[in-house]
Amino acid sequence: MARYARPRSLDEALGLLAGSRWRVLAGGTDFYPALGAAPLRDDVLDITLLRDELAGISEIDGHYVIGGLTRWADIVRAALPPAFDALRQAGREVGSVQIQNRASIAGNLCNASPAADGVPPLLALDAEVELRSQGCRRLVPLAAFIRGNRRTAISADELLTAIRVPKAAARGRSAFVKLGARRYLVISIAMAAARIAVDGAGRVATAAVAVGACSPVARRLLALERSLIGKPANESLGDIVEPHHLAALSPIDDVRGTAAYRVEAAREIVARALRAAAGGEAQEAAA
Amino acid sequence: MRLAPSPIAFRVNGADVAVEAPPMARLSSVLRDRLGLTGTKVGCDAGDCGACTVLVDGQAACACLVPVAQAAGAEIRTVEGLANGALSALQEAFLRHGAAQCGICTPGLLMAGTALLEANPHPTEAEVQDALGGVLCRCTGYRKIIAAVMDANADSPPSDRPEGGAFRSIVGARIPRLDGRPKVLGTEMFGADERPAGALSVLVIRSPHWHAEFAFGDIAGFVAAHPGLVAVYTAADIPGRNRFGVIPPFADQPALAQAHARFRGEAVALVAGEPDAIAALDPAGFPVEWKPLPHVLDCEAGKAAPPLHEARPGNLLVAGRVVRGDAEAALTASAVTVSGAIETSHVEHAYIEPEAGHAFMDGDTLAIKACTQAPVMDRDDTAAVLGLPPEKVRIVPTATGGGFGSKLDVSLQPLIGLVALKTGRPAALAYTRAESMASTTKRHPARMQATIGADADGRVTGMVFDGDFNTGAYASWGPTVASRVPVHASGPYFTPAYRAEARAIHTNGPISGAFRGFGVPQAAVMQETLYDELAGRLGIDRLEFRLRNALRNGQPTVCGQVMEAGVGIADCLEALKPRWAQALVDAEAFNRGNGTVRRGVGVASCWYGCGNTGIPNPSTMKLGITADGRVILHQGAVDIGQGSNTVIPQICAEALGLPLEAFGFVGGDTALTPDAGKTSASRQTYISGKAAEKAGRALRERILRFANVSERAELSLDGGSIVVREGAASRRIELASLPADEEGYVFRAEETYDPPTAPLDENGQGRPYAVYGWGAQVAELEVDRTLGTVRLIRITAAHDVGRAINPLLVEGQVEGGIAQGLGMALMEEYVPGRTENLHDYLIPTIGDVPEIETILVEVPDPEGPFGAKGLGEHVLIPTAPAILNAIRHATGALVTRLPATPSRVLAAIREAGR
Repeated sequence: MARYARPRSLDEALGLLAGSRWRVLAGGTDFYPALGAAPLRDDVLDITLLRDELAGISEIDGHYVIGGLTRWADIVRAALPPAFDALRQAGREVGSVQIQNRASIAGNLCNASPAADGVPPLLALDAEVELRSQGCRRLVPLAAFIRGNRRTAISADELLTAIRVPKAAARGRSAFVKLGARRYLVISIAMAAARIAVDGAGRVATAAVAVGACSPVARRLLALERSLIGKPANESLGDIVEPHHLAALSPIDDVRGTAAYRVEAAREIVARALRAAAGGEAQEAAA
Repeated sequence: MRLAPSPIAFRVNGADVAVEAPPMARLSSVLRDRLGLTGTKVGCDAGDCGACTVLVDGQAACACLVPVAQAAGAEIRTVEGLANGALSALQEAFLRHGAAQCGICTPGLLMAGTALLEANPHPTEAEVQDALGGVLCRCTGYRKIIAAVMDANADSPPSDRPEGGAFRSIVGARIPRLDGRPKVLGTEMFGADERPAGALSVLVIRSPHWHAEFAFGDIAGFVAAHPGLVAVYTAADIPGRNRFGVIPPFADQPALAQAHARFRGEAVALVAGEPDAIAALDPAGFPVEWKPLPHVLDCEAGKAAPPLHEARPGNLLVAGRVVRGDAEAALTASAVTVSGAIETSHVEHAYIEPEAGHAFMDGDTLAIKACTQAPVMDRDDTAAVLGLPPEKVRIVPTATGGGFGSKLDVSLQPLIGLVALKTGRPAALAYTRAESMASTTKRHPARMQATIGADADGRVTGMVFDGDFNTGAYASWGPTVASRVPVHASGPYFTPAYRAEARAIHTNGPISGAFRGFGVPQAAVMQETLYDELAGRLGIDRLEFRLRNALRNGQPTVCGQVMEAGVGIADCLEALKPRWAQALVDAEAFNRGNGTVRRGVGVASCWYGCGNTGIPNPSTMKLGITADGRVILHQGAVDIGQGSNTVIPQICAEALGLPLEAFGFVGGDTALTPDAGKTSASRQTYISGKAAEKAGRALRERILRFANVSERAELSLDGGSIVVREGAASRRIELASLPADEEGYVFRAEETYDPPTAPLDENGQGRPYAVYGWGAQVAELEVDRTLGTVRLIRITAAHDVGRAINPLLVEGQVEGGIAQGLGMALMEEYVPGRTENLHDYLIPTIGDVPEIETILVEVPDPEGPFGAKGLGEHVLIPTAPAILNAIRHATGALVTRLPATPSRVLAAIREAGR
């Protein structure tokens, strides 16, 4: 008989994690689909009573800190600077309203799907994750935390307690573009997040661009970001994107689209995300 | 910390409850199984369909993803809590607008809609879509759902109140469906909603291989090692003929495979046990050894492979053929010819209700209550497999949460029947979504090529069509597809010379069977895309080209059938002209901007014969009047959402001359109701409707004769009396004074109708159908030329239904068929072993179906009841070709492989630009 525990404090949860192996459960929206019809064999640590400690958005030590248990519905509605617009737009694309009402941002990251909607916007915010275990706290850049398809750097005794965005990276505006084969409840064929901060002369001072669903882990496009610096921050930013800027991507052929299509589409949605971040309206590319 | 289960307390619909349940039990199953709140439906157990949507502290959530432990202390609201004495405004609006068809998704939609309306009483269309985007509906096409939510809190009272009461307006009235209330209340009982006390659970062991031999290990040891298991059954335990199939001469599918599995998902064994034991069982531990064999998945490989079934060399199940005149010679002599090839994919029915039901022994009769489209066929197939005489099997259809053709074949009936028969205990089973998708039938993938010629005046001279249809491992409805396709592949156009062949080829893929249109939607894509090319080559407007070739009364079809009346295709095309002209102007204006996005307009037509092809297809209806003045209609046509529970009574009431309110109904229980035939081939309104009309008229005749009055007399019911009025004279028949028969009827009538058809000869010439329906649709859309995405703007659908018995339900059929057609056109591709869920297999959501304008065309058919023709399948046939034609209009690129995903659309645009 599998064990089930629902601790009331973070300390209690970390104590349990230190003692034995558990599967951590938050919103359940990835947990049950993965389980399917199979009987439950794992011991389950349900952390949803830790929302007092682990949910909500605050500003601490020069960072915006999003508690790991913050739900997507709360992120969508949160009063956050325009640099978070991509994240809030992505939140509206996580499953459906039903999913957004339950699913946590930490779950989206720990599930480590190549098509996780939350990852590109957070990469574009230079986010890092806070991992806690009994008596230990470490910070890991998000880009290093997700290691592959369904693989992360979390240890068995750790919880992902918060996502931290340095205020320096929360400047400018951002936009998210998702490409799918239907309007709602759709796994991305490709998606892009772009964040642009502008100097006093209306030129790009900072650029951060990330693409998801085109590699095992969503990737920042660093070469493109370098090319953007100093360019006039307007619609023309979209024209700067060249095929070689997407060299870091390694898409696959699957039922949602061919690899060649993904590369071509990624270039286009990156351009659209840049145009939107540079001042145009954020737009949906989803069919 | 809590490790031991203790009662979990929360509130449900305002009442405190405490349940003993494993903390990780899904809230959906706790609500259904422990609290009896079966209004919350389970469609996928993965958050992909939203059927189980409930409100948790006011927020919509998928109950299948909520551990019951997380409900502790919460306020849960389910569909059962919406009505408070009276229906909620949203429930009323759903009824009024016809927003519920089969009703399986209705509770989820109502809950998502309720959450929205409580925060935003007057939402916009976009807000409704955002709020309901997580609930899938496969029947309605969503447009009436959007209208209902937006209208729920309307200030002005609804204007289109039903008008059904008054005599002479029953046929043609927009009557909300008669079985609608239980659907919006959540009290409708579907296959999984009833489970007798003490029922065993059944787990089906299925082949994980495309093709394999297998042998069982120590089954007795396996049962003994798992307390709570009762038995394992295999092919060796089947008492009858281990072979079933919808067309008896082709019956070839074992209920449980015997040592040899021919497709992935094929059932090989049953494990029966106590519910907790089955729930805890890991099927991976079942003692079976597999020896995979070489397999084939497409038609080309299938033709070259050793036959899956003896006596079917080349894996050819059936080749259907229609030949009229010398098509090759006609093409040679044509001013213009065009040729092309189209390939389509497996399409999954994706009804939101997976197959479910239970079986039990009632004395020496085996009773099976399950969802189905064909109770009498289920009875006969199940009886044969179980070695019982048909009268010892009773099929009681539950409400059916969508079927679209796949629930014509038996699925779990022989399996749960075997367990009940062997153990004497009730047995219940609800397929998982993955199991439903892997094991039940699909739309045939087709590889087609065709050539069509025309003369310089734009008149079609001849057509050659050739298609391979991947029919999978067993026959199912493959023969029907092979015979229907060549009969219909010309489209509703006069084609003087014609040769068409369609072959159903066995492979180790999923079984392809019946799916709304039996292969005709695929063939229509081939023909209608070539028609656009012909019109373009000839420089003729595409709609005008179709009108010029539209079949007319008195012209022979490709089967040589001549109809002197009722051919309505030209009327449909004419009805589309204004919209077509405006759409072309709009597109041209839009495209002047020469932007990334281009607009396109497409048109396509359909025709479709109603009922079986050239073979008998009877329906029988019985009705009686009781001594206390109730009219009871024994209505065996299964309503799978399409509306026969409403339309057939409307026809019967009109013919009888008594109001619908006087009617009571007995459903398709094989012990109580004569055989109305299967719900298939768009036959129920026409054939069962005709039987109901005849029965209604016969009963009326009996009453009139008893009262000794003429045909002009009017009937009414007054308590236990029938009042007969003719002119100033009036006569009262006291029903209680008349002798009642063994069923309690003082008047009764039973009538059968069988369409007058004639078998096809070796060239496919004959009279395959007595009645056809006709239609045409215009699709307007935008294509993003850099991403290959398609956004539909509007579909205008003109369908000749002969007589719209109930326009509200007709619109619902049109909108739902269009949604399935656009899914087939743009997103639906079932890849066996890869898309066995509803997030990899995409069907349209509420945001994908555009505005739909339905134009009802009524060219009466001399044969149909009150002139009515069938409609159910017709409505999806034109949609996909109209969309492909519009994409080509927008971009110059024809997509030749369906679905036209963004990836394929962009590839086609690149190819066309070369």
